[in-house]
Amino acid sequence: MTGALWAVIRRDLLLALRQRGDVLNVLLFFVVVITMLPLGVGPEMGTLRLIGAGWVWVAALLASIVSLARLFAQDYADGALEQLMLSGQPATAIVVGKILAHWLVTGAPITLAAIPIAVMFDLGFERAATLVAALALGTPALSLIGAIGAALTLGLRGGGVLVTLLVLPLTAPVLIFGAAAVEATAGGLSPAPDFLFLGGLSLGAAALAPWAIATALRISLE
Amino acid sequence: MLRASDLECVRGDRCLFRGIDLELAPGQCLHIAGDNGAGKTSLLRIVAGLLMPTRGSVQWKGRDIARAREEFGADLAFVGHLNGSKDDLTVLENVRFEAALRGAEAGEDAALDALDCMGLLDFADLAVRQLSQGQRRRVALARLCHPVPAALWILDEPFNALDARTVATLNRLIEARLAGGGMVLLTAHQMIPLPAATRRIELQFRAAQ
Repeated sequence: MTGALWAVIRRDLLLALRQRGDVLNVLLFFVVVITMLPLGVGPEMGTLRLIGAGWVWVAALLASIVSLARLFAQDYADGALEQLMLSGQPATAIVVGKILAHWLVTGAPITLAAIPIAVMFDLGFERAATLVAALALGTPALSLIGAIGAALTLGLRGGGVLVTLLVLPLTAPVLIFGAAAVEATAGGLSPAPDFLFLGGLSLGAAALAPWAIATALRISLE
Repeated sequence: MLRASDLECVRGDRCLFRGIDLELAPGQCLHIAGDNGAGKTSLLRIVAGLLMPTRGSVQWKGRDIARAREEFGADLAFVGHLNGSKDDLTVLENVRFEAALRGAEAGEDAALDALDCMGLLDFADLAVRQLSQGQRRRVALARLCHPVPAALWILDEPFNALDARTVATLNRLIEARLAGGGMVLLTAHQMIPLPAATRRIELQFRAAQ
C-alpha cells in the first residue's frame, strides 16, 4: 500500500515536471491576481498593508481552484484512473498520493511565492511569517476539499464552473482563519488559535476527504 | 472462479441486457459478441467492477466484488477502450509504474521483458504521445506480459488497431494464460482465431422501450 502511494506520488511529480507549463501557469495566475490589487484600490501603502494578507488568501483560494482541473481530469480522459481504481490498491491510498503530489506542485509553491509578495505589500517580518505559516497550514485543506469537488464534477459538461461553485463556499473557513491569523499578529495578538483551527481543518479534511473522493471517483467512472 | 448472476444493466431509459449469467472457471475463455450498442462494454465494465449493475451481482472466488475490491483488483488485468497509459511518460516509465502500483518487483528487467513481448523494445524511451495508435494499444497490452500474470483478464476489443503479428502474439498470450489456469473474458469484433475452447455469448441489441 505504501509502495502504491509512493508510486503515484512519483508518477504525478514526473508528469508535473514534463508539463511544467501547466504548473507554472497556476503560480503565474496567483501572482497576477495579487498584482491586480494595487491597480484596483490604489498604491496607498497603508491600505495595501491592511488588506494585502487577506487578498493573498483570496488569490491562493482562486489559484487552488484553477489548479483542480489538473488533478483527475487527465487520468479520467486517458483511462489511467480506471487502471488506478482496478489496481487492487486501496483507493484512498491512491487518492492521498495524488493529492500530496498536487499540493507539492501547487500549494507549496504558492506558500513560497507568498514571501516576496509579503515584501511587496510591506507586511513586515511578523505578519509575513504568519501569512506564510498560515498558508502552509491551510493550503493542504484547500487541496483536499477542492479534490472532492474535482472528483464529483469529473466528466461533466461545464464542470469547471460547477467545481468553483461547489468548492468556494466549503473553503470559506480556511480563508477566514487564514486571514484572521495575520490580522491577530497585526493587532499584537497571538495567531496560535487561528493556526490551531487551520491545522485542524487540514487534518480533518485529510481524515475524511480521501474516503469521499474515492467514492466520488467511483461514481464518476460509471 | 468468476460468477455473475442475473445481471441487468439500464443506461438512461434503455435496458441493455437483463438476466445475464456468466461463469468462468480456470482455463476458460469467454467471448462476448454482439452488435454495436448491444452492451458488451457495459457488461465487461460491470464484471470489472467499474459499473454497478442495476440488478444482480458479480462474485470472484465466492465473494461479491463490490465488497472485495482490493482482492479482486489484485487478481485482475483490465484492458479497456482507453489505454490508460500516460502520454507524457515514456513507454518504459508507463510499464514500470503499473508494476510498482501493483506492488510487483518493479525491476527494469521485468519491464523490458514485457516490452519485448509486445515488440516495443525499440520504443522503450519514447514518450507514448509519439507512438501510433497500434503501438499505444501494445503499451496497454504489455500489462498482460508480466512475469506473474493476473488470474483474470478482462479485455475490451483488445485486437483493435493491432497489426497481424501482434494479433498472433496476443493470441499466443491468451492461450498460454488459459493453459496456465488463467481466465479470459473478452469482446472482439473481427473474426479472430480465438482458442478452440472459447465459449461465446451473444448480446442482442434492444431498442428503447
